[in-house]
Amino acid sequence: MEILVASAIGLMTATGLFLILQGRSFPVIVGLTFLSYAVNAFLFAMGRLTVDLPPIITPGAAYTDPLPQALVLTAIVISFGMTALIVVLGLRGFLETGSDRTDLSLADAAEEHVPAPEGEDAGRERGGAARA
Amino acid sequence: MVLWLIPLLPLIGAILPALLIRSGRDVCASATGFVSLAALGLLLSQAPAVFAGEVVRVSLPWVPQIQLSFSFMLDGLGFFFAAMILIIGLLVILYARFYLDRADPMGRFYAYLLLFQGAMLGVVLSNNVILLLVFWELTSLTSFLLIGFWRHLAEARQGARMALIVTGGGGLALIGGLLLLGNIAGSYEISEILARGDLIKASPLYLPALVLILLGAFTKSAQFPFHFWLPHAMAAPTPVSAYLHSATMVKAGIFLLARLWPALAGTEAWFLIVAPVGLATMVIGAWIANFRTDLKSLLAFSTVSHLGLITMLLGLGTKMAAVAAVFHILNHATFKAALFLSAGIVDHEAGTRDVRRLGGLAGLMPITATLAMLATASMAGVPLFNGFLSKEMMLEEAAHTSYAGITWLFPVLATVGALLSVAYCARFAIRTFLGPVRHDYPHHPHDPPVGMWLPVALLIVPVIAIGLFPGAVAGALVALTAGAVIGGPLPDYYLALWHGLTPALVMSVLAFAGGAVFFLTQARVDALRRHFPRPEARDMFEAASNAVVLAARRLTAWVHDGSLAFYLRVILAVLIAAGIFAMASAPHAAGTRAMLPVTLPALVAWLALVVACLATMMRHSDRLLALILTSVVGLIVALGFVQFSAPDLALTQVSVDVVTTILMLLALNLLPKTSPREFSLPARWRDGALAGIGGLGIGGLAYAVMTRDGTSIADYFLAQSKPGGGGTNVVNVILVDFRGYDTFAEIIVLGIAAVAIFALLDPKLPAGALRRVRALQPKVESGDVHPPMLVVAARAMLPLALAVGVFIFLRGHNQPGGGFIAGLVVAIALMLQYIASGYRWVADRKRLDSQAMIGAGIGIAGLTGIAAWAFGLPFLTSNFGYFTLPVVGTFELASALLFDLGVFLTVVGVMVLSLAQLSRVGQHVDPLPTPEQPMDLPLAAPPPYHQPREA
Repeated sequence: MEILVASAIGLMTATGLFLILQGRSFPVIVGLTFLSYAVNAFLFAMGRLTVDLPPIITPGAAYTDPLPQALVLTAIVISFGMTALIVVLGLRGFLETGSDRTDLSLADAAEEHVPAPEGEDAGRERGGAARA
Repeated sequence: MVLWLIPLLPLIGAILPALLIRSGRDVCASATGFVSLAALGLLLSQAPAVFAGEVVRVSLPWVPQIQLSFSFMLDGLGFFFAAMILIIGLLVILYARFYLDRADPMGRFYAYLLLFQGAMLGVVLSNNVILLLVFWELTSLTSFLLIGFWRHLAEARQGARMALIVTGGGGLALIGGLLLLGNIAGSYEISEILARGDLIKASPLYLPALVLILLGAFTKSAQFPFHFWLPHAMAAPTPVSAYLHSATMVKAGIFLLARLWPALAGTEAWFLIVAPVGLATMVIGAWIANFRTDLKSLLAFSTVSHLGLITMLLGLGTKMAAVAAVFHILNHATFKAALFLSAGIVDHEAGTRDVRRLGGLAGLMPITATLAMLATASMAGVPLFNGFLSKEMMLEEAAHTSYAGITWLFPVLATVGALLSVAYCARFAIRTFLGPVRHDYPHHPHDPPVGMWLPVALLIVPVIAIGLFPGAVAGALVALTAGAVIGGPLPDYYLALWHGLTPALVMSVLAFAGGAVFFLTQARVDALRRHFPRPEARDMFEAASNAVVLAARRLTAWVHDGSLAFYLRVILAVLIAAGIFAMASAPHAAGTRAMLPVTLPALVAWLALVVACLATMMRHSDRLLALILTSVVGLIVALGFVQFSAPDLALTQVSVDVVTTILMLLALNLLPKTSPREFSLPARWRDGALAGIGGLGIGGLAYAVMTRDGTSIADYFLAQSKPGGGGTNVVNVILVDFRGYDTFAEIIVLGIAAVAIFALLDPKLPAGALRRVRALQPKVESGDVHPPMLVVAARAMLPLALAVGVFIFLRGHNQPGGGFIAGLVVAIALMLQYIASGYRWVADRKRLDSQAMIGAGIGIAGLTGIAAWAFGLPFLTSNFGYFTLPVVGTFELASALLFDLGVFLTVVGVMVLSLAQLSRVGQHVDPLPTPEQPMDLPLAAPPPYHQPREA
């Protein structure tokens, strides 16, 4: 069983790493989610794997290590907070600039999703893109 | 004790003028003068001991590990310099009181001046090379402040920057040199180093140490080719120029050469480097001075020239030359300070320092003119003035110096230097003070108040006294100082006016005759000179510094190119390299822990995870698919937690996954639905390889740990959970009790994240963004915006879900559950209402404010922690008890439950706030009309529509 868990952790890590190396914010966010899974599972695995020994005190029972579980529990919730914040940051960046690239040197060549906006706010848009 | 106070007094006293300026300029100047006077008094109190041949030392360990100590030493050389710094300092303080304009911030000026004075005294009195370095850098910094005192002038700022860069750069070299020196000598105490001269000169590190120390000294003392900063430092107020850039700071480099003379001088390398640098500086400085039209600039280059003269004398390495050097330091300080102050008076009274606009001032300001011309005569080396004596000694030494077999080089160039010196002195005196009176001065020149000319007069006294009676007036001081420089018996010499018909006298006569001719032909030489290209040091310096700035910019642009992927690649590569290194140096024996058997369900789940991961990697450009696959992986992870005895984690993972997926769906609604290919195929393979190696490393590490047994502190928690924390769910007890502080901090972080999300997203998008986002919306939508089945089911579920939440919350202390999980369940139930009935419908009916919930949650958790203080216990100490009620029976109440309530409220608030804010933006974007009251039964009084207060 250990080999399955270890390989799963490795694969989730690899997927996460590959996705954060992409040049767009959404894959990076998905990649961070994968990395959170991998890191949480890794931390959890540090307590070694046991079956049917939950850390609930019952007379005469053996237990698994509760400490990694407690740490991972907070980590899961915190990683939600982090993901939510990054999602919103990415969204705000896209709304401001019209591009969701994570590469500033290419951001000037943005706006490929939507035809360039015309009219009164075209200048403001370009200003926003330059600011990014 | 007294010795420590001498440098510390001005450093501490610098606060006085800064404070007392409110009481007026006179009080401010007097306080400054008093501080200097006190330091001078302390110094003079040591004079009897020093003149008796004693070396006064004090020492206090500062950082003994690096042999840094507060040790000071007062010998002849230190005394000589300290006295010069303090006496000229006093005169300059007096002069500056009248020189500075009413608009100038005088308090700041005097504060800087005292700081400089203290730093300079520290340099000349230090007995520890590291301490000396500290003071050395302080003089550079205070000099920067003083040069840039008129900060509104671009010239002052440029000059200050240039001085700081040159002397600061030299200071860096000096640090290396002095550390090497201390290393060779085996001690960082200067008195020890001086005693080990032979050891130092024999060391293979002697030459590098020497070169580095000379770099420091040459930059500070403006030796060629670093002489260019000094004239630009003349942008400082004249008292500063007189004090720092003629009498004291620029002599710090020369002081260092003299101080280390016993340890470093006398070798071939010393002579071959120091002497020609000094000679070249002397000639070049004097040459340039002849063509300067600004009085201060002329004096600046003349200072460069004289500093070169002193450096050359020290570089000759003979004892007689060292005596001459000491004597000239004294003489130069007196006449040059007097000249700078006179130039300042001319500038102040006539309104210009340009020699082309001056002349004939002798009749208009007779006192100043007389004093300045006396000083000029000394500078030119006219007999009966002190400058003559030391110049003769210099020429005498140069006359029998042979450089690398060339016997004529030093005598001829020294004579040329003297000749040029005579010429610029004539130019300074005659063009300023003699000649016809003009009528076009910017101001009406007249003699200044006594306070301004008195310092000059006081400086002229020694100029003449030494010139007439050298042995009687300066003999003892020169002997004392020279003795300290040489560090041994003095050579046979006597200071006198007449030495007979010596080679030096012949050279002097030649210099006077040649100088007169040069002065008369100056205009023609100048015209001729302009035909040749002249290297402009300032332009070269600017070009060099611009090139450095440009190179730094390019480097920054190259390594910091704004691409997240590039940074992450670099970070990842470094981490992988570190990991490989660590793994290579670790034992690789196989683990011995017994493995769990593989079960079929586990294998199926594993396969599903592998497929989901690989599919995500390959098809991530379809963002919706990637999102679905992500939640599949999350579910499998949750199943893993169930399998491996972690029910709490499984519950948390499932509910967080639901919330995260909803959140990302809401965001994706406003984002492009696909990711275009960003990188080429080889780049993707490279990224894949990096990711693969990283994954392999983490997986291998996890496997290595899981196949080995280890020790854990778990036993403590398992044993204490029930008796200490009053709960049987150890994970929950750890969260709310043992590690409650962590959890408290965590909910605060969550709260901050939610508030940041709220602040970052303004639902009213600007027009451009709105148009862009609308273009991304799907063209065909489902016919039913709010499917009735979903609406009904969600509303029926809400009370049930809330009941489940309460149940999970209450049992959390003893069974799987707790505040986190209950909060997530309730948040999901609330979210479901938003999904089913639309944002506006829920917002109209919501009674609880999410932000208030977050605040209340953190507040309750914090107050629970603080409550422990009331019982004299540390923050967050928990307590519990058992209570019996009729019907309910005996039950337990723990303070941790209250803390968990705080966690619960915060989690609900955070989740609802962030998701609702996103859906609010979506609502704003969606052009389709929202039914006012989806699936509502008509109530007696329908709630009046109002704009929702918050998400």
